[in-house]
Amino acid sequence: MLALVVDDSAVIRTVLTRILSGLGYEVLAAAHGRDALNKLEAGARPDLVLVDWNMPEMNGYEFIRALRGDPRWRALPLMMVTTETEIDQVARALAAGANEYLMKPFTPEMVQDKLALLGLTSTQG
Amino acid sequence: MSVSPEDFRFVCAFMRDAAAIVLDAGKEYLVETRLGPVASRAGLSGIAELIREVRRDRHGSLARSVVDAMTTNETSFFRDVAPYQHLRQNVLPALINARGAERRLKIWCAAASSGQEPYSLAMLLSEHFPQLETWDLQILATDISQTMLARCRSGVYSQLEVNRGLPAALLIKYFRKNGLDWQVDERLRNRIEWREFNLVGRGWGVLPKFDLVLLRNVMIYFDLETKRGILANVRRVLRPDGYLFLGTAETTANLDDAFQPDSMHSSCFRQRAA
Repeated sequence: MLALVVDDSAVIRTVLTRILSGLGYEVLAAAHGRDALNKLEAGARPDLVLVDWNMPEMNGYEFIRALRGDPRWRALPLMMVTTETEIDQVARALAAGANEYLMKPFTPEMVQDKLALLGLTSTQG
Repeated sequence: MSVSPEDFRFVCAFMRDAAAIVLDAGKEYLVETRLGPVASRAGLSGIAELIREVRRDRHGSLARSVVDAMTTNETSFFRDVAPYQHLRQNVLPALINARGAERRLKIWCAAASSGQEPYSLAMLLSEHFPQLETWDLQILATDISQTMLARCRSGVYSQLEVNRGLPAALLIKYFRKNGLDWQVDERLRNRIEWREFNLVGRGWGVLPKFDLVLLRNVMIYFDLETKRGILANVRRVLRPDGYLFLGTAETTANLDDAFQPDSMHSSCFRQRAA
């Protein structure tokens, strides 16, 4: 399973890579939405995308809209992982096509719980 | 704050007497992390002084606070996911079908803790079984801890808590932002009846008959005989065709042969036909 992590913070990319690796994912990282779209156009085939909201070049919201506007990526599981915590922001992200929403700060258990909601990993046990 | 061996032994005995809770050797850290804040809030110098006070008055407010603190569990919304899927796909449709004539459903969350389980259940019912709006639906949520019940009633959860297991779509539908916290909306809060209840106490006689009992992740604290006693009492308040859910790692095996696991879900139990 391949996860695409899109965040302009190297620290967050490293943290998410460590958590997802522990759950058995290979991780491909991108620094902003445009970088992520380029990686997809270059042939990357992730099973899951985790995307920040506030990033340079193309922010997470614009990235989701671009992604969902392309039939190839319409069903790709996507979770926003962001410091934006207002209810309107959560609603906007979901309306744009995010399947889940995780607010920073987060723990590995929270990531795992959210992936379980997406049907991508089990929290049994 | 550390706990002396003698104080630890006292807390073990006290918790066993007060709530039939078994604390094993090596759980000193639990006593330290749970009782340190109680001592601080009470303006005491530390755990040693707190325990001195509880020894002096085993039924006072400080003793009550110690029980509260030691019985507080970490939990999350839709904990373990799979039990809620089984409830949604199998158990609730079957119960709704079976109770179609009487249009009454009684559900008991027997260890409500900080409230995530009853609220998860209430959201699940609201989302997937709107027909129950016109039924006589009772969701009773009980806990031994008054502190936890007050929290449950307020419906206020931190950002960290709503991050755990709660689908974002339900967060925006059933919660309102309240400063840095999130609060369950009033309509959902009002669907749940919160009541203090000690599973090892004498209050079982006043309980009604339930169609569904959730007794999840609480049996782990009790010794063998207490577990057997609780399950025998559950049988008395569970209708013959009702359902019992235990925690994912819990079972009725070797405790109560009157229950058998549901073939579709290992933490769901039915009563054997008499």
